[in-house]
Amino acid sequence: MTTPTGSEVAEAVAQIAAMHAGREGPLLPILQDVQARFGHIPEASMQPIAEALNIGRAEVHGVVSFYHDFHTEPRGRHVVRVCRSEACQARGGRAVEEGVREALGLDWNETTADGRVTLEPVYCLGLCASGPNATIDDRPAGRLDADRIAGLVAELR
Amino acid sequence: MAGLDGVTRIFVPGDMAARSLGADAVAEAIAAEIGPDIRLTRNGTRGMIFLEPLVEMERDGIRHAYGPVEPHEVASLLADPESHPKALGPVDEIDWMRLQTRLTFARCGVIDPLDFAEYEAHGGLKGLRNALASGRQAILDEVTASGLRGRGGAGFPTGIKWTTVARAEAPWKYIVANADEGDSGTFADRIVMEGDPFTLIEGMAIAGLATGATQGYVYLRSEYPDAIRVMEAAVAIARENGVLGPDILGSGEAFDMEIRVGAGAYVCGEETSLLNSLEGKRGVVRAKPPLPALEGFMGRPTVVNNVVSLATVPCILAEGGKTYAAHGIGKSLGTIPLQIAGNVRFGGLFEIAFGMTLGEIVDKIGGGTASGRPVRAVQVGGPLGAYFPRALFDTPFGYEDFSSKSGLIGHAGIVVFDDSVDMGEMARFAMEFCAIESCGKCTPCRIGAVRGVETIDRIRAGDAAAKELLTDLCDTMTAGSLCALGGFTPYPVMSALRHFPEDFQPASQREAAE
Ligand SMILES: Cc1cc2nc3c(=O)[nH]c(=O)nc-3n(C[C@H](O)[C@H](O)[C@H](O)COP(=O)(O)O)c2cc1C
Ligand code: SF4
Ligand code: FES
Repeated sequence: MTTPTGSEVAEAVAQIAAMHAGREGPLLPILQDVQARFGHIPEASMQPIAEALNIGRAEVHGVVSFYHDFHTEPRGRHVVRVCRSEACQARGGRAVEEGVREALGLDWNETTADGRVTLEPVYCLGLCASGPNATIDDRPAGRLDADRIAGLVAELR
Repeated sequence: MAGLDGVTRIFVPGDMAARSLGADAVAEAIAAEIGPDIRLTRNGTRGMIFLEPLVEMERDGIRHAYGPVEPHEVASLLADPESHPKALGPVDEIDWMRLQTRLTFARCGVIDPLDFAEYEAHGGLKGLRNALASGRQAILDEVTASGLRGRGGAGFPTGIKWTTVARAEAPWKYIVANADEGDSGTFADRIVMEGDPFTLIEGMAIAGLATGATQGYVYLRSEYPDAIRVMEAAVAIARENGVLGPDILGSGEAFDMEIRVGAGAYVCGEETSLLNSLEGKRGVVRAKPPLPALEGFMGRPTVVNNVVSLATVPCILAEGGKTYAAHGIGKSLGTIPLQIAGNVRFGGLFEIAFGMTLGEIVDKIGGGTASGRPVRAVQVGGPLGAYFPRALFDTPFGYEDFSSKSGLIGHAGIVVFDDSVDMGEMARFAMEFCAIESCGKCTPCRIGAVRGVETIDRIRAGDAAAKELLTDLCDTMTAGSLCALGGFTPYPVMSALRHFPEDFQPASQREAAE
């Protein structure tokens, strides 16, 4: 995705903010829509969001930085999230963690140089009786082992 | 196809766990084979995750189960279901189903989640109608009489919470469903939202009637995209059918609600952090008092309840508080949806009266480990819950019973580990998780958890004196933390150290001992 210009961002924010006008506590839904639109929350969106909600830019920044889901930099075309929590560990999750990191050559929260895949940790997907688990974009995958996750990420283009 | 003679309906769960195991491909393969006279339904899960994808075929009103079905088995299954190796017999006669008392999850896996008429045909709206007919005080009385305590973790009596909000004078009040379900090893909220979403909506509407709240929010974690989709669709359908809106079922009473999506912070399951997040702020924990019941969302009186607590209310109003309270033990009344997870042979959701022992749950219902090795430890109650050794397997499942053993039941997640587990590693992970998810407000939590990781590393490197340091650090976290993230992380850490001290030896000695 090419970097959007400041005016593109401002225009999108204006549209999105208008959609949420009148809602109680609209900041998170607005940030989620901005991220859905651009794949991340561009620096240039913070001032217009602040103005639309009549709050300070620093407050918008503070909220963006608090939540694991919000990203200020572009991520890969695909996002692979691997569960690191206890129930998956009990079923061999550590081997899956190692396997996917090795297959992609990435550590957590890194993106391949070609922008193909971002690898993220996740702390439970609610699939804890049939782990180890991961999601590939919105697609859940269970009963994984190191080979299967390596195969799944190799298919991503 | 001859094998399908008499079959009127086929069910393949659309539940996220079933999907993670290939249910979509199974459903597609079935859809390609059957004619228009057979209805294919994507139901919720029955909770038997070990059998997913679980296909059901309805013949003469009886639902026959087959599972776990792989996509390549569909052709042979449809050709001759009766004698297929994956045939399990009528679903209601499978032990796992027979042994349960399904009240909250009665419809889950049974109906089409978004078929409103089917919801009503299976007892939906009965609780809401009773609530509308009986009035505010009578609803509060039923919920109090049921003995229902919060299923989110703290176990606070729901009737008392509602009464506090009902008595508060304010022009606006709110019902907030806590669907953040961050505890590892838990999935009851997800399963009910995906499989029987109208139950949660009905429970929230009843809570609104009882307290005078007219607006509801479901704060739903972003890790549950399927639940978000189903709940959003269900709210729209409920509105079309007059269950939500300015005139609930023609009563003149108003209640409406909205789905809000979280942003990946575990601490936002804590109720005050959740309210800050809902208001669009950083999810920092608020000091109590004021209680959310008096000054909650936007500073107004607010009920914050777990999804399972709210989803249990319709059956309490339908059958009466006393009927519900007839189940259970001591002050743990009614049923609890156990979530049996981790390294376990039969994993899934199992709803049963309080009181079954941990050993029965793990060995009898769960069938021991999936790996076939001995069970060594069980973590109960999520990442802040204690690790139990076999020696404590006689503990009955109840709030007080677990707290008397320095543990907690939390949201009723039960994670089984076999004898290959390294409990020093699990203690370290508990501290690491606390450090990652801390909201940052209290030093013992924010800094203490980082020190905790280092201290456990020192112990395992052979510095025996560091054990005392770890104990002191845990005492400081317990005493100096505003919420249970910092305050309860010592539970998994200290229980691991107490029950499994051999795993805190330096690596060289651990190997020598094996
Ligand atoms: C760190 C932390 C995380 C929590 N996460 C959840 C959660 O995901 N879901 C939930 O219902 N309660 C959670 N709770 C408990 C809530 O603060 C609150 O007690 C609960 O939502 C009240 O509802 P109940 O009375 O129906 O249980 C959490 C508490 C803490 C301290
Ligand atoms: S204990 Fe931790 S998460 Fe809880 S309020 Fe304090 S810093 Fe925040
Ligand atoms: S612990 Fe991995 S999905 Fe719950």
